Amino acid sequence: MAKARVLIRPKEGILDPQGKAVERALPALGFEGIEHVRVGRMVELEAEDPARLAELCEKLLANPLIEDYEIERLDGAG
Amino acid sequence: MRWGVLQFPGSCDERDALHACSLLGEARLVWHEERDLSGIDAAVVPGGFSYGDYLRAGAIARFSPAMEAVAEFAGAGGPVLGICNGFQVLCEAGLLPGALLLNESTRFTCRQLDLTEEASGHLVTPEGHQVTTRPLSIPAKHGEGRFWAPDDVLDALEANGQVAYRYAPGQNPNGSARDIAGVRNEAGNVVGLMPHPEHAVDPLTGSTDGLRVFEAVAAAGVPA
Amino acid sequence: MTVEVAKHRELGLTDSELELIREKLGREPNDVELAMFSLLWSEHCAYKHSRKLLRRLPTEGERVVMGPGENAGAVDIGSGYAIAFKVESHNHPSAVEPFQGAATGVGGILRDVFALGARPIAILDSLRFGELDSVRSRHLLDGAVRGIGHYGNSIGVANVGGEIYFEAPYEHNCLVNAMCVGFAKQGEMVRAAAAGVGNAVVLMGASTGRDGIGGASVLASAELGEGDEAKRPTVQIGDPFEESKVLECCLELLEKGLLVSLQDLGAAGLTSSAGEMASAGGVGIDLDVARVPLREADMEPFEIMVSESQERMLGVVEPTRVTEVLAVCEKWQTGGAEIGAVTDTGRVRVLRGEEVVGEMPVEALVDGCPLYDLSPAEPEGWAYGNRRTLEEGASAEETLLALLASPSVASKRWAFEQYDSVVGSRTVRRPESADAAVLQIPEAGNAIAVSIDGNGRRVACDPYAGTIEAVLECAQNLACVGAKPLGLTNCLNFGNPEKPAPAWQLDRAVSGLADACNALGVPVVGGNVSLYNEGPEGPIYPTPVVGMVGELPDPAKACGSAFAKEGDAIALLGPFSPSLGGSELAKLRGELDTGLPQPDVAAVAAACATVRDAVRGGRLSSAHDISDGGLACALAECAIAGEIGCRVDVQPLRERGCSPEDALFGEGAGGFLLSGDREALESLGATTIGEVGGTTIEVAAGDRSFTVGVGTAESAWRSLDERVEADNA
Repeated sequence: MAKARVLIRPKEGILDPQGKAVERALPALGFEGIEHVRVGRMVELEAEDPARLAELCEKLLANPLIEDYEIERLDGAG
Repeated sequence: MRWGVLQFPGSCDERDALHACSLLGEARLVWHEERDLSGIDAAVVPGGFSYGDYLRAGAIARFSPAMEAVAEFAGAGGPVLGICNGFQVLCEAGLLPGALLLNESTRFTCRQLDLTEEASGHLVTPEGHQVTTRPLSIPAKHGEGRFWAPDDVLDALEANGQVAYRYAPGQNPNGSARDIAGVRNEAGNVVGLMPHPEHAVDPLTGSTDGLRVFEAVAAAGVPA
Repeated sequence: MTVEVAKHRELGLTDSELELIREKLGREPNDVELAMFSLLWSEHCAYKHSRKLLRRLPTEGERVVMGPGENAGAVDIGSGYAIAFKVESHNHPSAVEPFQGAATGVGGILRDVFALGARPIAILDSLRFGELDSVRSRHLLDGAVRGIGHYGNSIGVANVGGEIYFEAPYEHNCLVNAMCVGFAKQGEMVRAAAAGVGNAVVLMGASTGRDGIGGASVLASAELGEGDEAKRPTVQIGDPFEESKVLECCLELLEKGLLVSLQDLGAAGLTSSAGEMASAGGVGIDLDVARVPLREADMEPFEIMVSESQERMLGVVEPTRVTEVLAVCEKWQTGGAEIGAVTDTGRVRVLRGEEVVGEMPVEALVDGCPLYDLSPAEPEGWAYGNRRTLEEGASAEETLLALLASPSVASKRWAFEQYDSVVGSRTVRRPESADAAVLQIPEAGNAIAVSIDGNGRRVACDPYAGTIEAVLECAQNLACVGAKPLGLTNCLNFGNPEKPAPAWQLDRAVSGLADACNALGVPVVGGNVSLYNEGPEGPIYPTPVVGMVGELPDPAKACGSAFAKEGDAIALLGPFSPSLGGSELAKLRGELDTGLPQPDVAAVAAACATVRDAVRGGRLSSAHDISDGGLACALAECAIAGEIGCRVDVQPLRERGCSPEDALFGEGAGGFLLSGDREALESLGATTIGEVGGTTIEVAAGDRSFTVGVGTAESAWRSLDERVEADNA
């Protein structure tokens, strides 16, 4: 089984209110100078056929209209 | 008119939708594993949190056998109404344009709202259905209802008469693009909206304006 | 040098309790048994400091279908239907992790109700936080409201009402009390008692993990203090989707008549559910932990027995029906596993395969915990702080606006709009549109009204009178929509009962509750006790939260609180003799002290009956009870809701001996503010004080007369939103 991590985030240009909420909260906690916060999700999985991961992302894990995704192999494979 | 209301594990408003449909004709629930829509003249994909909606609202329900049947039914011109989670499912399934994102406030919001109904433009206006100029009072309740599509798609939706409902000025509860509350497909037989017409069918609970939404959808389709 | 604390003490058992366990077993308990005893003998499960007091409460009545001892209480609403309801606390988990704490509080109370075979139709909640200017309070409020919304909205049960108070004594120990109301066909209801030797015990719902081990039970039985962060992993995580499936599954099983009995798994997990089912049925139970579906493979038997994983139910099933039961679980994609059997041994036996890993008499485990007498002593004077926040010399108008903007009085729209209040098609009166929530029950041809109340500050002033007021306020709220009370549930939130002052408060409050219920003829059908609610600064305000359910014949006649018509007369009804003691204004002025006038329960009950009949007869335009902030705030609320002004003269209250200030801002039980036709009002014996109309609230009150625009009042009353969202601005 191939271990992989899929990172999904809102596409650039789409309002991300969660990211904005985090950004607004930061100064009060003493974190200055942080901007462009984007909140997404991460899916970890083990796949028998890692070649199909992109298709899986397109069909289910991400909505390509509104989200970008990145597949990160955790077992060193490309 | 025979209505079929889909029921997924995690549906919340399916009994309410069933009740609303039964005021306009016969109605039955369609279990998510059912593939057979025979005998049904109009399908409703109801509100709720299908399969828990943990990944992304509507993302899993679109792959259910019942939704595959709804896609075929819609392709044949059958009238389909998606409400709230049902709207999200129809968008995920590609039966309607656009996507529904987290409310700008990041909060779930439940509120009685006014909606304006819009004509279907160059599409044939369904027989017997005149668009009302009076706003419809219908509750909305959702956390992920911000309608979004790229600008060129929004322009096309407006040009084609595919915007079915808008929030009345100043009442947009979620930051939806151009105050869009509901859209139709190009053929006009598939309609989705975030507010809940099934919760506006009884004067005791607030309003009966929701019945117009069901009637409009029923009139829009070519019964399969 | 480190001193090793004896295991039983770490688990919360005293030395003498351990000695008693040894005696009852005739030997040393092993780890499994010690863990199980420690949980069932905790305050949370055994009510060891409150059970004797609770015997004072009246629990019987002709409409009672199920009373205390079942998962929830239930009352008859006619035509073969019943309404089940209960309120329960999830205070300590919410103080540690507000989102999950509140969410699982809702999940737990829902399970209590559907365990009876009732479909949950409404949720109400009663919340207490520290003052809103504290970051911690805003964080807890935000998390708790999101959590309640997340769970209730996702499962599709309408949240129809509730209350939120902000008071400094709740700063470290917030209160999250959730109430659920369910609807059942009486023929399909089921009890929790296990029965039928040889019957199978089936565990349904989620799999069992390590979450919540030592959670609710241990957390709820020890004071919170430094190091709360470290307790975070023991808070349970809720999954409303799983609950929705197990709910539908259980209701289908009951509709098909496949269950002998049903019990939810809450605090103390399998230990408490199995123990209580066996105890109620007078039987024994064998459980095989090897057959419990697990999330983590390497769990020890004691971990499986005490796990507080959420969304699980335990059913007793006849052996020939097990296959059918498991098929329904499969249909709803939820777990179902036969894990044991009902026996005639009178013992709970825990097995791992063939090996017996624990064996205890049910009687010892469930009912063997010693009950303690309290050592109450009345504290001297006002034991809580109180800081003045209202400027000296504030005018009447400024005072009114300050009261309306006070977070405890202000509109809670910010919170209730985060809850789905319409799902289920029953909600006839939504939050803040009437004094009580009204839900139509077309199946029985009538409707129910529900209210939840409990002003801890007034209970702190006088635990006896304050608790009576909480019951009366519920009764008055119900009267305003035309409902007659059928039953009551309560959650007693108090400090450490081993200390004399909280013990005294608890003792006096239970007496007040008993006396009010007896005088009104309303039985207590269920409830919950939450003790040890203390922070570093001391105990919370003593806070008995009362939930009341009533019945009304015609939901269309339910009155709202909004002024409705220009020219309507405004009148007072009831034995209302307000004073500033314990009031919101006394708090803003930093003048809180002990003592409240004793309410005349019989006179309030008579006023409730008059208002109820007038509402049912359609003779009123609006009805509102006079509560926090007094008559002036009540007038403003009716005017804001109706978007219309009023002109009022408080002279009739001055004739009752009230000062202008008492008349405007004083509080006390028994006051109704009504509007409608003048003659109709006067025929009820109400005292006319003014008229609806205009765009201002104009009040003649001697040297405290004032006029304020309805819009100005509304801005003050709606100011909660900005204050809560201050961190997101």
